[in-house]
Amino acid sequence: MSQSCRTPEGGRVDRAKPIRFTFDGKSYQGCVGDTLASALLANGVHLVGRSFKYHRPRGIVAAGSEEPNALVQVEMGGGRSDPNTRATVVELFDGLNAESQNRNPSLERDVGAVNDALSPLFPAGFYYKTFKWPASAWHKVYEPRIREAAGLGKAPTEGDPDRYLHRHVHCEVLVVGAGPAGLAAALAAGRSGARVILVDENPELGGSLLMESGTLGRVEPGNLAFARRAAADLAAMPEVRVLTRTTLTGYYDYNYLTALERVTDHLPPGSGPDLPRQRLWRIRARRVVIATGAIERPLVFVGNDRPGVMLASAGRAYLNRWGVLPGRDVLVFTNNDSAYAAAIDLARAGAKVTLADVRPHAGALASEAEAAGVALRPRTVVVDTDGRLRVQRAYLSEIDGEGRIVGALGQPLPCDCLLMSGGWNPNVSLHSQARGLLVFDDSLAAFVPGEAPQPNVSVGACNGDLSFKGALEGGAEAGRLAAGAEAKPGEAFGANEPEAAPLLPLWLVPSDREGLRAKAFVDFQNDVTAKDLGVALTEGLRSIEHIKRFTTTGMGTDQGKTSNVNALAIVAAKLNTSVPAVGTTTFRQPYVPATFGAMVGHSKGPLFDVVRKTPIHDWAEAEGAVFEDVGTWKRAWYFPKAGEDMHAAVRRECKAVRETCGLFDASTLGKIDVQGPDARAFLNRIYTNAWMKLPVGQCRYGLMLRDDGMVMDDGVTACLKDDRFHMTTTTGGAPRVLAWLEEWLQTEWPDLKVYCTSVTEEWATMALNGPNAREVLAPLVEGIDMDADAFPHMHWRSGKVAGVPARIFRISFTGETGFEVNVPAGYGRHVWGAIWASGQKHGIVAYGTETMHVLRAEKGYVIVGQDTDGTVTPHDLGMSWIVKKQGDFVGRRGLERPDLKRDDRKQLVGLLTEDPDLVLDEGAQIVADPSEPVPMTMIGHVTSSYDSPDLGRSFALALVAGGKTRKGQTLHVPQLDGSVAAVSVVDPVFLDPEGKRLHG
Amino acid sequence: MQRYSIFSIARNALTNHKNWHTAWRSPEPKPAYDVVVVGAGGHGLGTAYYLAKEHGITNVAVLEKGWLGGGNTGRNTTIIRSNYLYDESAKLYDHSVKLWEGLTGELNYNVMFSPRGVMMLAHNVHDVQVFKRHVYANRLNGVDNEWLTAEQAKAFCPPLSIDPGARYPVVGAALQRRGGTARHDAVAWGYARGADARGVDVIQNCEVTGIDVEGGRVTGVQTTRGAIRAKKVAIVAAGHTSVLCTMAGFRMPLESVPLQALVSEPMKPVFPCVVMSNAVHAYLSQSDKGELVIGAGTDQYVSYSQRGGVQILEHTLEAILELFPIFSRCRMLRQWGGIVDVTPDRSPIIGRTPVENLFVNCGWGTGGFKATPGSAHVFAHTVAKGEPHPINAPYTLDRFKTGRLIDEAAAAAVAH
Repeated sequence: MSQSCRTPEGGRVDRAKPIRFTFDGKSYQGCVGDTLASALLANGVHLVGRSFKYHRPRGIVAAGSEEPNALVQVEMGGGRSDPNTRATVVELFDGLNAESQNRNPSLERDVGAVNDALSPLFPAGFYYKTFKWPASAWHKVYEPRIREAAGLGKAPTEGDPDRYLHRHVHCEVLVVGAGPAGLAAALAAGRSGARVILVDENPELGGSLLMESGTLGRVEPGNLAFARRAAADLAAMPEVRVLTRTTLTGYYDYNYLTALERVTDHLPPGSGPDLPRQRLWRIRARRVVIATGAIERPLVFVGNDRPGVMLASAGRAYLNRWGVLPGRDVLVFTNNDSAYAAAIDLARAGAKVTLADVRPHAGALASEAEAAGVALRPRTVVVDTDGRLRVQRAYLSEIDGEGRIVGALGQPLPCDCLLMSGGWNPNVSLHSQARGLLVFDDSLAAFVPGEAPQPNVSVGACNGDLSFKGALEGGAEAGRLAAGAEAKPGEAFGANEPEAAPLLPLWLVPSDREGLRAKAFVDFQNDVTAKDLGVALTEGLRSIEHIKRFTTTGMGTDQGKTSNVNALAIVAAKLNTSVPAVGTTTFRQPYVPATFGAMVGHSKGPLFDVVRKTPIHDWAEAEGAVFEDVGTWKRAWYFPKAGEDMHAAVRRECKAVRETCGLFDASTLGKIDVQGPDARAFLNRIYTNAWMKLPVGQCRYGLMLRDDGMVMDDGVTACLKDDRFHMTTTTGGAPRVLAWLEEWLQTEWPDLKVYCTSVTEEWATMALNGPNAREVLAPLVEGIDMDADAFPHMHWRSGKVAGVPARIFRISFTGETGFEVNVPAGYGRHVWGAIWASGQKHGIVAYGTETMHVLRAEKGYVIVGQDTDGTVTPHDLGMSWIVKKQGDFVGRRGLERPDLKRDDRKQLVGLLTEDPDLVLDEGAQIVADPSEPVPMTMIGHVTSSYDSPDLGRSFALALVAGGKTRKGQTLHVPQLDGSVAAVSVVDPVFLDPEGKRLHG
Repeated sequence: MQRYSIFSIARNALTNHKNWHTAWRSPEPKPAYDVVVVGAGGHGLGTAYYLAKEHGITNVAVLEKGWLGGGNTGRNTTIIRSNYLYDESAKLYDHSVKLWEGLTGELNYNVMFSPRGVMMLAHNVHDVQVFKRHVYANRLNGVDNEWLTAEQAKAFCPPLSIDPGARYPVVGAALQRRGGTARHDAVAWGYARGADARGVDVIQNCEVTGIDVEGGRVTGVQTTRGAIRAKKVAIVAAGHTSVLCTMAGFRMPLESVPLQALVSEPMKPVFPCVVMSNAVHAYLSQSDKGELVIGAGTDQYVSYSQRGGVQILEHTLEAILELFPIFSRCRMLRQWGGIVDVTPDRSPIIGRTPVENLFVNCGWGTGGFKATPGSAHVFAHTVAKGEPHPINAPYTLDRFKTGRLIDEAAAAAVAH
C-alpha cells in the first residue's frame, strides 16, 4: 500500500475509496475523507513548503484553518489557480493537483535557503537600515529582488471561471462552531422553536470531538455518537439551518456577520451540480453564541520549525480523525496535560513515544500514559533539533524549578515526529471583532472573553472552559438563553474527565544554543524568532503594535492564530511585565482569508453596475449607434452610416438639425416630480431665480448652486399645477440632485410640505429639433394647438402624440425650434417610431450626444460638469440674469464672499483658433505669454471644443481669468507636442445670438 | 544617532544584535516646552523633525494618545503623487515628492520610496476631459504627467483589463512616473528617530484632554499625564483635529469619516505600479511583501469609529475585479479603517488659528500620506516663524470665509 503511514483501521476516511492526487508533480494516493495535509502525511510527506524570509523547509503544523506553514498552490487549470491555500483545509478529491510555493527550483533544493545561511544579516527590520545607497538603487536594484524573494504563491493569470453568490438571512440565534458547546447550544435553541443558524468550518459536525479516539479518559465512549445524534436532531428541526464548510469570517456592528461557505471546493471542478463555488452569507442575528473552541499553542524552542514538528492536538487529529500515523518515533513536548492524550493514542497505535514535560508532575493521565508504554521525562525540555528536511533528532535537557537547564546538556533522542503543546488559546477572535474586551486568565495563561458590547456570548473552550462537561452544559444554557427560552438545569451529560494538573507557562524554552543561527520561532510563516522580538525591544520599541509591525509577527496569512500570545508573553517576560500589560493587537476581519470573488458575488461584468438603457436603446443599436457611458446610462453618442467615422457622422447630424430636423433621445435626463403645498416655495429656495409666479403651463430654466455658491446642476422645470412641478436635471446629476433636495427638506426645512419622487425612468423623452420640427410633429398630435403663437417657446402642453398621452415641452438645447415629447416609458419606442416615420419626408436624422454637444456649444449653452467644475458661479458663466436680486436661495451667502465677486475670476468665453482646422483638446490650458518658462502662469482652460459645420471651422468654449474683458485678445494654448496654438477670445455665442431660430 | 548601514548590521551580527541603540526614547513629559506638537503621525513627527533640524527648535514634545504612527500614517495605502490640478496644490505636493526622493538618505532610514508610477484610468469622455486638463496643467507647472492610450496603459500595467466590452472600459490613462509608494511605518519611525536624536521628546500614551488659552493666546495643554506648558502648540491630529480645536474654543470646517483599506494574501510580484480609478472607485498597488493593497472610498456618514461599512469594501472589490478579473480567486487577508478629516474644498488647512500661537495642520482627507514630508516641512516653518511658508500660504483657515478655495474635489468634477 502506497500510503505507508496510514493506519490499518480507525479514523473517518474511507479506505475502500482510494483516490489519486498530485503534489509537486508526483502522484500519490489518498482516501475519501482526507484533507490534502492528511493525505500527504499518510504518504509520509512532511516537507510541504518553504518559509517566507529564510526559505527554511517547513511541514504541517496544525490540522485546521490556523495552519501557518502548509500553504500550497492548488492548480486545477482553466483559470482555477489558488495560491496560499492551507493544505489542512483542502478536502481531497480525485485529480487534485497542488504545488509547493516559494521555492526555486524545488522544495528539497531551494536557492533561497541561502537567506538562512546569511540570517545573521537579516535581523528584524534589517531592510529599514540598509539598501539606502545610492538613492535610486532602492527602486531599481534592491526592491525588485526583495519583491521577488517575498510573496508566497503566484497570482492567477486567467479570469475566474467560477460563480459566487450572496445570501442574506436573519435569525434569532446564530451559533458559530459545531463542537460540543456549539452543538449543545444549537440543540437547545432549536428545541425552543427559534430560527437558528449553525455554522462550522468542517465538512461534518463535531468539532474537537472528531479527533477524539473515544477510548480514553477525556471523553467517554459514545460522545462522538453525541455529535452524530445532534446532527440528526438538528436536521429534523425545520427552523434550524446547518451550514457546514462555512467559516464565520466577519463580525460587524449591530450583530451583522458574514460567513463564507465553500460550496463546491471539495469537488473536482465541473463534476458536481451547477452550484456556485462559494457563497457569502450575510447574517443579521438577534443573538450570537460563539463556540469556536481553542487553538493549541506551539512551544517556542530552538529548532521548533522543522518538518515533523507539529501541534500535539494536530498529531492526535491526524491519527484519530484521518487514520494517519504522523511518526513512528514520536517525541511529545508539553507543559500541560492535554498532550498526554496524543501520546497515549499514538503509543496505542504502535508508535514509540517519549513525552517530555516541563513540569515535575502531570495529572491523572500520567499513569495511563505509562501503562500505554509512553516513556515519561518530567522536568525536561527540548533545547534543539536536527534534520534538514524532516526532524531526525531532538536534544533534551532537564530543568530545575526556576526553568534553568541543569545537568547534562542536550541529550540526543532520535525522533521522526515532534508533537508540542504550550497550552491552549481560547479562540476569542470573533468576540474581539465584535469589540468585546479581553481579560487574561492566569490559570490558562491565555486571554479569555471579557465584557461583550454586542448581544453575544462565548461558550466552551473559546470562553476558557476546556472541559467537555462545561462545553455541553454551558452551550445548552447559552442556546436556551439566546433563544429567549427559560434557563433550566441542563441535562446531565456523561463526562468522566480525569483530574488535570495545572499548566506551567514556559514561553521561551531555555536553550544552550545561543549562537548566531539558533532560531526559536514564534511566527512560523513570517520567520519571526524570539530573538527578533528581542531586537525590537533593544531598539526601544515598546508598543506591541510597533513590535508586530517591526518584526512582522502575526502578520502572515494565519494572522498569528498560533503565534500571537506566545509573542506577547515573550515580550512581557523580556520587559519584566505581565502579558495583559503588553496588551493585544487588534483582531481584524476576516477570520480566515476570504476570496475576493465571493465578496463580490454576482456583481461583476454586466451586473457590476447595472447598465441603464432607455426605451429607445434597441432602436439606436439597430441603427448602428455608437454608445457612450454617462453615469450608469448608455447614451447614443453618434449614428455612423456605412463608411462614416465619428467626425463625418457628427457633421451630417449637425447639418440636418440646423437645416431640417433631428430626433434625440433625451430619456436619460433626470426627472423629479416635486409636489406639495410648498413646492413652489421650495423651488424658489433651491434655484437661483424666481419661481413664485411661474404660471401653470409654462417652463423655466433653473440653476442650482451648492451652499458655497458654485453651480451644481441645471435643467428646465415645468409647472404642472400650482402645487406640482416636473423638474429635470442633468443625466449624471439626477441621483445627487434628489439626495440634495431631500437633505434640505429633511434636515433644514422639515416645515415645508414637499414630496420629491424620481420619475426619470417613468418617461421616454424625445427631443425633436430643427426648422421642420413642427411640421414633423404636428400631424401626430391630438388636443394641442401647435401653432407657434398658441404654443410658444418655454411652454408645455398636455395631449396625445401618436395616440399616446403625452406632455410636450417646447424647449430647446440646440437653438432651433424644439419640442421635447414625454410619454410613458412603455410607449417610448412606439412614439419614437411614429415621429421617425413622420419625419422621413423631411429628411429627419437621429442624432447622438456628440452632435447635441456641438449644437449647444455653438449657442454658448453650458453643460454643467463640462463647462463648469464646481468652482464656477453663475456670474462666471455670464448668467447674472438668473440670480434674483431679492430673496434667499441656496448659495446666496456663498456668492457674497469676496473671492466670488472678484472681477478677475475665470469667466466663460468663446475661443477661435488661428488655425481653423485645429480642434483644441478639452482640458488644454491657456496662457497669455507663451514664452514664459515653466512653471507658466495659466489663466484658463478649454472646456468644450468642436469642429462646427455651420461655422465652417473649429471653435471652443473656455474659462479664462477676467475673460469678460479680454474679448479680442490673442491668447495661447501650449500643446502636448510642444507647439503653441494662438487663439482669439470671442463671445461664447457663435450662432443666432438674437435667438430667432428658437421661436420659429 | 547610531548610523544604519549594511556595515552596522554586520557589526551587530557579531554581537547577536544585542547592542543596537534605541531608535527613540520613551521620555517622561517635561513641565514645559517651546513647542508641543499634538499627534505623532508622520506629519506631526516630521514637523518636530524639521523644527529641530531646520529651525534649531529642539525643546519640542510630540504628544500621542496611542502609539506613534498608529493613526492614518499606519493605515493608509501609501500612494505618493503630485499631479494635482491647481497651482497651489501642484506646488505643495511636488514639494513633497521632491522631499520623498531624498528622504531615505535624509533620515538614514530606508522609507522605501518606490517611484513605480501612478496611473489614473479614464473610463469615459468626461474622464478624458478631466485627466487631460490635469496633464496639460501639470506639464506647464513642471510636474510630470503624461497621457496614455488604453494600449499604453495595458503595457505599463499588464494585469489591467482593457476589454472594450467591460462595463466601464478603459479608454486612456494619465501616468505620473515619479509617483509611487513608500513604507508607511518607516516614515513615522524614521522621523521619530531623527527627531529624538535632535532632542525632541516623543511621548506616547499621552492623550491631550484640554488646551489652555489665556487672553486669546495658547499657554499649554492638559494631558492624561499632567499639564504641559507650551509657548506654541501645533495640532496635527487628522480625524480628531476638530475635537481638539473645540477644546481651544473654535470650530473647524472639518468632517470626519471612516475610510477603509484591505490587503490580500502575499503573492509573487504581479502588479508593477499604482493604479487608481475614480470612475469605479478603486485603487491598487502591490506591497514589497507581495500583498495587494487596496483602498476603498469613504463612508457616507460621519463617524469617529475606525471601521466603515462592509458594503463600501465590497463595492471596492467589485471595482477591482472589474479592472483586474485575474484577482478573483485571491483572498482578502485583513481589512481596517481610519478616520479622515475632510474640508469643504478637499484641500488641507495649514496655518494659524484664531488662537495666537496655536497652529493646525489638518484636512488632508483621503490623501495626506503623500504630502507627509512636504506638509511637515512647511508646517515647521509656519510654527517656527509664526507665519506661513510661501507654499502653504494659500492653505489658510480663512479661505472658507473669503471663498478663495483650492477645490481639488471640484476639479475632479462629476459626470454630467
